[in-house]
Amino acid sequence: MPSGALNWVGSVLAVTAKDIRSEFRTRYALNAILMFALVTLTVISFGLGLLNPSKEILAALFWIILFFAAMSGLAHAFVREEESGTSLVLKLSCPGTVVFFGKMIFNLILLGVLAILIVPLFIILLKIIPADWGIFLLALIPGIIGLAGATTIVAAVVSQATVKGALFTVLSFPVLLPLLVAVIEITEVAFLGGTWAEIKAPLQLLIAYDVVMTTLSVMLFDFVWRQ
Amino acid sequence: MLKLEVKNLAKRFGPRKVFAEISFSLETGQSLAVTGPNGSGKTTLIKTILGLAAPSRGEIALFRDEKKLEFDAYYKEAFLIAPYMNLYDTLTGRENLLFLSRLGGLAATDEAMEAALDRVGLAGRGKDLVGGYSSGMKQRLKYAAALIKKPAAVFLDEPTSNLDEAGKGIVFSLIKEWKKTALVVIATNEKEEATLAERSLELGR
Repeated sequence: MPSGALNWVGSVLAVTAKDIRSEFRTRYALNAILMFALVTLTVISFGLGLLNPSKEILAALFWIILFFAAMSGLAHAFVREEESGTSLVLKLSCPGTVVFFGKMIFNLILLGVLAILIVPLFIILLKIIPADWGIFLLALIPGIIGLAGATTIVAAVVSQATVKGALFTVLSFPVLLPLLVAVIEITEVAFLGGTWAEIKAPLQLLIAYDVVMTTLSVMLFDFVWRQ
Repeated sequence: MLKLEVKNLAKRFGPRKVFAEISFSLETGQSLAVTGPNGSGKTTLIKTILGLAAPSRGEIALFRDEKKLEFDAYYKEAFLIAPYMNLYDTLTGRENLLFLSRLGGLAATDEAMEAALDRVGLAGRGKDLVGGYSSGMKQRLKYAAALIKKPAAVFLDEPTSNLDEAGKGIVFSLIKEWKKTALVVIATNEKEEATLAERSLELGR
C-alpha cells in the first residue's frame, strides 16, 4: 500500500481511536443508546406480553428499537466536536474523508455493541428466535453499516444547527426509510423461516443503499463539514 | 519557500461589510500583524484565509516553490492557534499531541512530545487530562502541538490570551523562531504582539 494511503488509513483510525477513548471516559453516547434501547425493549415486552404479536410485527419492532436507540446517541460524535470547540482541530488538520470514515467507524462500533446486547435481550424478552440465523445476520450487518453511514453525514449536518436532537431524528428518517423497509422485510423472512429467494430483492436494495449512501456521503461530506 | 497571496478579499455578513479590498502577499520568513478594534474582522479574515469561512469576493492562493497548492495543502502547511480552537478535554496532553500528529500522518515520539511540553512549561503534566488544565495551560498545549507539527504557515489569533507573563515570554520567543522558518500571521489588539511582525494590516479604518 502506498505511504499516502497508509497515512490516510492511520489518520482515519486515529479519529476512531480518539472517539473511543473519549467515549470510554465520558460514556456519553453509549449510555444514551443503551438506556434508550433497554427501556424501550422492556416497555415493549411488557406491553405486548399478553398479545402474542405476529413475527412480522416483531421484525418491525426490532428495527424501530435499533433506529430510535441510534437516534438517541449517534449524533454525539459531531455535536460534541461543535459544542466543545474542537471541530476546528479536525477541519484544519485532515481532509474531510478522514473525519467521515473515522466517525462512521466509531458509530459502527457503537451500533455493533448495541446489537450484541439488544439481540439476545430481544430474543429472551419477546420469545422469538430467528428461524434462519444466516438471513437474520444478512439483515443485521448491512443494516447497521447503512445506519452508521447515513447517520454520520446527517449528524454532521445537524451539528451546525441550534435544535440538534429533534432535527437529527427528523432528517434521518426519510434518509433511512429505504434501508428500514429492506431490513424489516429481510428480518421478517428470518423470523418466519422463509427461503433465500424471498430476500433477494430487499437484499439487493440494502446493498445498493449501503454503496450509494456511503459514496454520496463521501462526495458531499467536505461541503457539509466546511460550511 | 511558501507564499500566501490574498487579492481583493472582501467579506460581508448579509448587509454588513466586515472588510473589503484586502490584498497582501506573504512569504516564508515574513510576518504580518492584523490589527484593529473589536469587531473589525481580524478573526473573520484569518478564518477566511484558512477556508473556514467563504469569502464574499476575492482570491486566496498558497504557493509552494512557485507551484500553486490545492486547498487540501492547508492541512499539511498551516497551523492555527486561537482561543476558539480547543483541544480535547477528554484526552491527556500527550494524547492530544499524539492525536494531532497522527492526523497529519506522523506519529510523534515520546521524546518529541516531552520536549514540546517542556518547551511550553508543561513538563510533567502530559499525562493529565486536558479537562483539568487551566485556560493558560490549554493555550500552552496548543503551542506544544504547533512545535510538533512544525508548520510552514502559522496563524495566531490573540496569541497570548489567557497566558501569564512567563507564558507570554515563551510565546514571544516561539514567534521569533517561527519568523525564521515560516510565514506568520498574528491577529491582535495588543501593541506588544503587533510589533513582533515586520508588517501590519489595520482593519476597521
